[in-house]
Amino acid sequence: MQTTTKTAVWSAALCGLLLVVVLVSAGIGPVSIPATTVAKTMLNAIAVPTSFSVSLGHFSLVGITVPLPAPEIGTVHPFAFDVRDSHATIVTNIRLPRIVLGAVVGFSLAAAGVVMQGFFRNPMADPSIIGVSSGAAVGAVLAIIAPFALPFGLQLQGAAFLGAILTAFGVYLIATEGGKTPVATLLLAGVAVQTLLGALTSFMLLHSGESLRQVVYWLMGHLDNTSWNEVLVAAAIVPPLFAILVLHTRDLNVLLLGEEDAHSLGIEVARTKKLLLAVASVMTAAAVSVSGVIGFVGLIVPHILRLLVGPDHRILLPTSALAGASFLVATDTIARSGTAELPVGIVTAALGAPFFLYLLRRQEVHKL
Amino acid sequence: MTEAVLDIDDVAVSLGDVRVLDGVSAAVDRGTFVGLVGPNGAGKTTLLRTLNAALRPDEGTVRVTGQNVAELSAKEVGRLVATVPQDTSLSFDFSVRQTVEMGRTPYLSRFGGMRPEDHELVDRAMKQTAVDEFADRAITAISGGERQRVLLARALAQDTPLVLLDEPTASLDINHQVRTLELVRELVDDGKTVVAAIHDLNLAAHYCDELLLLGEGRILASGPPESVLTESTLERAFGANAVVSRHPVTGSVYVTALPDQRTHGEADGRVHVVGGGGSAARHLYLLSAAGYDVSVGALNEGDSDTETARQLGLDTVTVNPFAPVDAAARKTVTEYVERADVTLVVDIEIGEGNLANLEAARAADELVLVETRPFAERNYAGESAARTYETLRSRATVVTPDEVLGAVTAAIERARTPTPAQHDY
Repeated sequence: MQTTTKTAVWSAALCGLLLVVVLVSAGIGPVSIPATTVAKTMLNAIAVPTSFSVSLGHFSLVGITVPLPAPEIGTVHPFAFDVRDSHATIVTNIRLPRIVLGAVVGFSLAAAGVVMQGFFRNPMADPSIIGVSSGAAVGAVLAIIAPFALPFGLQLQGAAFLGAILTAFGVYLIATEGGKTPVATLLLAGVAVQTLLGALTSFMLLHSGESLRQVVYWLMGHLDNTSWNEVLVAAAIVPPLFAILVLHTRDLNVLLLGEEDAHSLGIEVARTKKLLLAVASVMTAAAVSVSGVIGFVGLIVPHILRLLVGPDHRILLPTSALAGASFLVATDTIARSGTAELPVGIVTAALGAPFFLYLLRRQEVHKL
Repeated sequence: MTEAVLDIDDVAVSLGDVRVLDGVSAAVDRGTFVGLVGPNGAGKTTLLRTLNAALRPDEGTVRVTGQNVAELSAKEVGRLVATVPQDTSLSFDFSVRQTVEMGRTPYLSRFGGMRPEDHELVDRAMKQTAVDEFADRAITAISGGERQRVLLARALAQDTPLVLLDEPTASLDINHQVRTLELVRELVDDGKTVVAAIHDLNLAAHYCDELLLLGEGRILASGPPESVLTESTLERAFGANAVVSRHPVTGSVYVTALPDQRTHGEADGRVHVVGGGGSAARHLYLLSAAGYDVSVGALNEGDSDTETARQLGLDTVTVNPFAPVDAAARKTVTEYVERADVTLVVDIEIGEGNLANLEAARAADELVLVETRPFAERNYAGESAARTYETLRSRATVVTPDEVLGAVTAAIERARTPTPAQHDY
């Protein structure tokens, strides 16, 4: 089968799976809502643009407000199914934001995981391998225990995002010498910086006093109390970055041959490495800053998909991203449907690790 | 006039503070197979990496079909120069076809996939290298020799005027070494231009049109194999004690490296060897490796002991093939025997033709005889030969083939110790 056909078939199937997972998930909760009602509610929300005008408005991104020309779009809703108001409110305002955010976060982490594993040619590489999560954790914990210490009126998510980006950039600078960034140095610098930031986070935890519970909760990764704002921010950042990655899947394949080979096959190795690292790090940072540290999604989803569809990034990247979205929505549903709500990070780790070990024993994941 | 595909002009390259290449110039014409030979650390790989623009020369230029590769983008270089690495680090389960398709990377747009002409070139490259039989197998599941052919197919799919190979046979068994180089040879005969770093001088001599001998970052010699692989250039480049001859079967230049006598053997002394028919070869080699000055003869031209002696660079007394040892040869042998500290007689068959050698050995100060069977069994020269042998045997050290070196050493010591003065009290 041609790669493009194979990619299309797998992606379509995984899109279908994601849709089913979302419909089912939105029905599960203290109030049980049938999947058909969820579907109707979602169809009702579809708006078709009919008119367009632009006025100057404001746009708030990660806590920073910038003036922006705001387009105003007149819309028509083509569907008008009869759905009970309470159900519609629960689905649209409470459950869907959380589900969509979960999907976006899972999508980003899995995509970034694929890129990092390919980039580092290392099976243990995860999206945070160059310290993105540790940096986000420092920013977030600082925002929780000492909000007054943050400059520019940064909110928790802004602080986490900034911490993540600064860390990734710092690790990159540390590992770069004479214009070259050897992958092994980058990996080791990442490990060292993660350890250092972990110590810093632990120290702040000790002195977090009454906010301890909130800090621990954030560190474990969660998706509760999600509003459409967070979803919009994440959804604005992730798709363009993902598009860049998709355009570089062939380069990722060739990079697996090693840098010398990749160069002889016409890849601008240094530039491509820098770009892939930056894009994957920003995607991870965007995901981590809205959801906390959710482990294992970016590690195991790419491994599982590699076993299913093979190592070709042209198919591995989109399928992993879609599967990551389904995986996180499903695990978050489990996390919130128990008697006491769990941070989703606990569920992903508790489900993902044994499954991964099973694969490790049964299949040759270690061959990577 | 043929067109130069590759033009290396006064290239100097430093790695860190070390100047690895200095003043390297060479030109390679279309349709030639150039072997890059030289000792480890001579800069072969560095030169290849400069040719495919992985390294930028500090000075000088590398031009491929007239274009300076240092000024081109990686993609543009990828359309001019294809490189076949020693092996691939590809540990993911890409199929053979997917791996060969990667050769088309420099031609593909970021936004488009493989076009029909790309598929055509990939198919042709796989057919040429006979990897199409296992096109769908994983690259990790095939043998090293097959993988080398896949990498060659990838380079062909790259459709470049110049192909570089970095030690293409280094990790292959002897059968796959030959098959790989036969394949490269065919490609060159079809018009490809190939530069290959090859460790094995004899493979290089056999398959390449021209050789570039690198040593200490410079080109020590270039041209057809027989002009490059001479004993003096090999001595200069490798510091090796090598003998250059023609291979008896292929007729190619053939290099045999010998143990370095100056460093290996400390032994001092002259030994003359009487042998023939290959019986002396091993002793010649061991004695010469131990450091002794060895002479041998008289032997017939074409005798395998004669070949061995020549390869070892020994003084050899010869007579024509199948001719008996004549008076002149006998005189020369006697001179060698007299000059030698020890004469070694191997257990050869003695006939009228070589009886003269045995008689000449009587002039020896010290004698060592190798015996594995009684002389009577190998005597075809009658009573006088038996008498001569008995004379020799009466004052010789008689040994088995394994004891030769020790016996010779002991005999030389005896020969060199002055006989104690006899005192009569």
